[in-house]
Amino acid sequence: MAKLKLGMYWAATCGGCDVSVLDTHERLLKIVEAADIYFWPIAMDFKYKDVEAMEDGFLDVCLFNGAIRNSENEHLAKLLRKKSKVMVAYGACAAFGGIPALANFTTREKILEKAYKTTVSTDNPQGVYPQPSTKMPEGEITIPEFYNHVYKLSDIVPVEYTIPGCPPPADLLMTAVEAIVTGKLPPAGSTIAGEKTLCDECPLEKSEKPVINDIKRPFQVIPDGKKCLLEQGLICMGPATRSGCGAACIKVNMPCRGCFGPAKDIKDQGAKMLSALASIVKFDDEQKADQIINSMVDATGTLYRFGGANAILSPRRTEGEKP
Amino acid sequence: MEKIGVFVCHCGLNIAGTVDVKKVAEAISGYRDVAHAEEYKYMCSDPGQNLVIKAIKEKGLTGLVVAACSPTLHETTFRKAAQRAGLNPYKVEIANIREQCSWVHDDKALATSKAIKIVRTMVEKVRGDSPLETIKVDVTKKALVIGGGISGIQAALDIANSGYPVILVERQPSIGGHMAQLSETFPTLDCSQCILTPKMVDVSKHPNITLHTYSEVEDVSGYVGNFKVRIKKKAAYVDRDKCTGCGLCSEKCPSKNNSSEFERGMAFRKAIYTPFPQAVPNKPVIDRENCTYFQTGKCGVCAKVCTVGAINYEQQDEMIEEQVGSIVIATGYEVHPVSKFAEYGYGTIPDVIDGLQFERMLSASGPTEGEVKRPSDGKTPKEVVFIQCAGSRDPEKYFPYCSKICCMYTAKHAKLYKHKVHDGQPYVFYIDIRAGGKKYEEFVQQAIEEEKVVYLRGKVSRIYRDGDKVMVCGEDTLLGKKVEIAADLVVLASAITAQTDSRELAQKLKAAVDEFGFFSEAHPKLRPVESNTGGFFLAGAAQAPKDIPEAVAQASATAAKVTALFSGKYLEHEPIVATVVEDLCSGCRICVPACPYGAREYDKEKKVARVNEVLCEGCGACVSACASGATQQNNFSDQQFYEMISTALEESNV
Repeated sequence: MAKLKLGMYWAATCGGCDVSVLDTHERLLKIVEAADIYFWPIAMDFKYKDVEAMEDGFLDVCLFNGAIRNSENEHLAKLLRKKSKVMVAYGACAAFGGIPALANFTTREKILEKAYKTTVSTDNPQGVYPQPSTKMPEGEITIPEFYNHVYKLSDIVPVEYTIPGCPPPADLLMTAVEAIVTGKLPPAGSTIAGEKTLCDECPLEKSEKPVINDIKRPFQVIPDGKKCLLEQGLICMGPATRSGCGAACIKVNMPCRGCFGPAKDIKDQGAKMLSALASIVKFDDEQKADQIINSMVDATGTLYRFGGANAILSPRRTEGEKP
Repeated sequence: MEKIGVFVCHCGLNIAGTVDVKKVAEAISGYRDVAHAEEYKYMCSDPGQNLVIKAIKEKGLTGLVVAACSPTLHETTFRKAAQRAGLNPYKVEIANIREQCSWVHDDKALATSKAIKIVRTMVEKVRGDSPLETIKVDVTKKALVIGGGISGIQAALDIANSGYPVILVERQPSIGGHMAQLSETFPTLDCSQCILTPKMVDVSKHPNITLHTYSEVEDVSGYVGNFKVRIKKKAAYVDRDKCTGCGLCSEKCPSKNNSSEFERGMAFRKAIYTPFPQAVPNKPVIDRENCTYFQTGKCGVCAKVCTVGAINYEQQDEMIEEQVGSIVIATGYEVHPVSKFAEYGYGTIPDVIDGLQFERMLSASGPTEGEVKRPSDGKTPKEVVFIQCAGSRDPEKYFPYCSKICCMYTAKHAKLYKHKVHDGQPYVFYIDIRAGGKKYEEFVQQAIEEEKVVYLRGKVSRIYRDGDKVMVCGEDTLLGKKVEIAADLVVLASAITAQTDSRELAQKLKAAVDEFGFFSEAHPKLRPVESNTGGFFLAGAAQAPKDIPEAVAQASATAAKVTALFSGKYLEHEPIVATVVEDLCSGCRICVPACPYGAREYDKEKKVARVNEVLCEGCGACVSACASGATQQNNFSDQQFYEMISTALEESNV
């Protein structure tokens, strides 16, 4: 059988997804045995023109990681879509916006102002902002346009499969590779992970009627290692998060941060979790309710840590502007 | 493919005044899956419903959207109409373009465009609706009535007379409630006891009624048709089977300085007592707190004098379990105590009393045997001031609502006072007189014209004691003058409030109460005697202040509802309930505490949560609690909501 043609790209991402390929350790050899890599900017020197030169549908599979944050990301997403038979949203950023999509809580103007004006280490007396295009004596030079909104990959191009996680665990990558190699592909639109939520694979004990009396942050409590973390007051995203990671964080006493995204058929993970929390927080009067709500620092950031591009309602308050 | 019919109602001008209904019908007729659209003046009327039926039959409609008023009002109407035409009733939805559109807007163009969006949204909902069948439930044909005042008595008698067994629970030692305390009743001046006590006896003798006095409902579980009730029969320390009610124990009991609850503190009673001579059952209870035997271990006089050995100091509270199909809440009211009024002396002025105390004073069986004698020195008061709305209609300090019965009973008090003290002068301070009711206005006019009761329109700002007089300072707003009356007695028409522990009871029953603790009816107009929780009915002042004829009427209405519930082989339960997709449930159990009806439970073996369909009221609390999407509500699925939301937010040129 001919070797698979593989591409991997990073858009708005930290690089962790690319590194996660190495988490497969010696199993990497299996991947290399089955596939040739035609495009992987973090590892090898390719030029965009190499991709442009490919025939449409040349790549069998493209593992696309990172969110769509600027015009370059969008261009590459569209280009790689054209050149790939199967497009995989690889990792939380490509799947639901991830950490870059936290920017959806604010505006482009505020981000630029912070980065180019108000940080203490910035020295920019003329208040110059990066411009998509600048005329210079030598001619016009361009840089990608910085968008006002961070998108997930499927907002821009059709995506066949999603492998969630920040980054995706090596086991899931291998499952996907094996499926591709053997041709035993799940139906398009599938997410390569569990169907149920994390609570299903969580080893901790839950009580019959879970309630939350107080909300605490991880540094404020040493979990006892036995009881459900939510019931210990920690915001564990488990009930609203797809399983498949093997409860990796829980096993080291950290609450789930939600990087596997919403459960099957759910669109808005943050809203679901908020709704769940509101259902089990115990309070007798408004004062106590206020106190509990206020003890949750950065609620939107916590509940939408990875899902900023997935929120049904725009998390940002906009005035007369379309998201 | 769906064929959806849309029917837009004018609701007279209620909708058509603000929404261009023709335009709504036109705009929707081209919308996806809409096979028929029309408008009509009153869609809920017979001709209107016939339009719906005709269209279903002729065009083979698979779903309906009726754009009209709130679904609370007419969802059932149109579901029934659809059913008559052979369409599954759960494929019918109401698009509320009245309360949520025409009534709250005045710009016709905008309101019309909003109405179109609302209708489109509901078309999306119908597209996702599944045809459903009602859930059938067995029913225990036995009723529980909580509270043995006139409302509870009437409800119990009516249900029992229809042939169904009734359990009547009263927490006091006797049934009778507040009505037993009254002297005469307006507007006929019938003697309260004379019309009430025969009914009390009927209750005690009725073969279908089991009476538990000195008992309280401890706990209710289950659901409409199948409630399990635990009743605590408080220890009376008297064996009620042995006791003959001779009264010798009370007569000989040496502890006699205990304030009588029935006489509202205006007389004393013994430690072993019946609240009043006509009590039903006429058997005493021991007030443990004030009993010498219980407090010191010595005495035991009652046990010694009892000829049948009915006294039993070892008696314990007893728990009784009963299965009932329906519950009538008839727990009555309380009167806001005089001690809570700063401007009326916090209850420190002995000659300032409340209306119920005055009733006892007027009663032939009361502490003064019907003579009007003021509490401080027993003198006959010659000038009596009655103050209406004491605590009522006073949102700043007390209660914003009207206590409804005070205008009438104050007129009655003033009259009865004049009948007993011919040379006395009654004054009534009032805000305005509310005498709506058969022969009520005439009754008040008679008090003014024939009995020369002086009505002063205004509020009393202050009351204080001056020698043996009670000085009442107020204002006559009609004359615009300050008024000061040196009164001998002041009677406050204190606000009628909910029972102080009505919220606790509501929690046990899982029935709703309003902000003042009165039990909430399911609909203020169309379902006034039903609670929102299935199987519970409301009678009398537990729901809101009301007079005797209203309380009796409501009690009979609850009886009709209860017997209707018992009349079929089984009950039908709405199929709009939560369901669990077991393949998606991770067993997180967040749904369990979210359910206010105890309908969610965790299946340890399968490691998934379940829904008890019969207990489920379809409120959706568990659906929103479920973060995995495993719990969905029939015909309210997330997918439907997504479609509805995106339709509502769709850009359009309407």
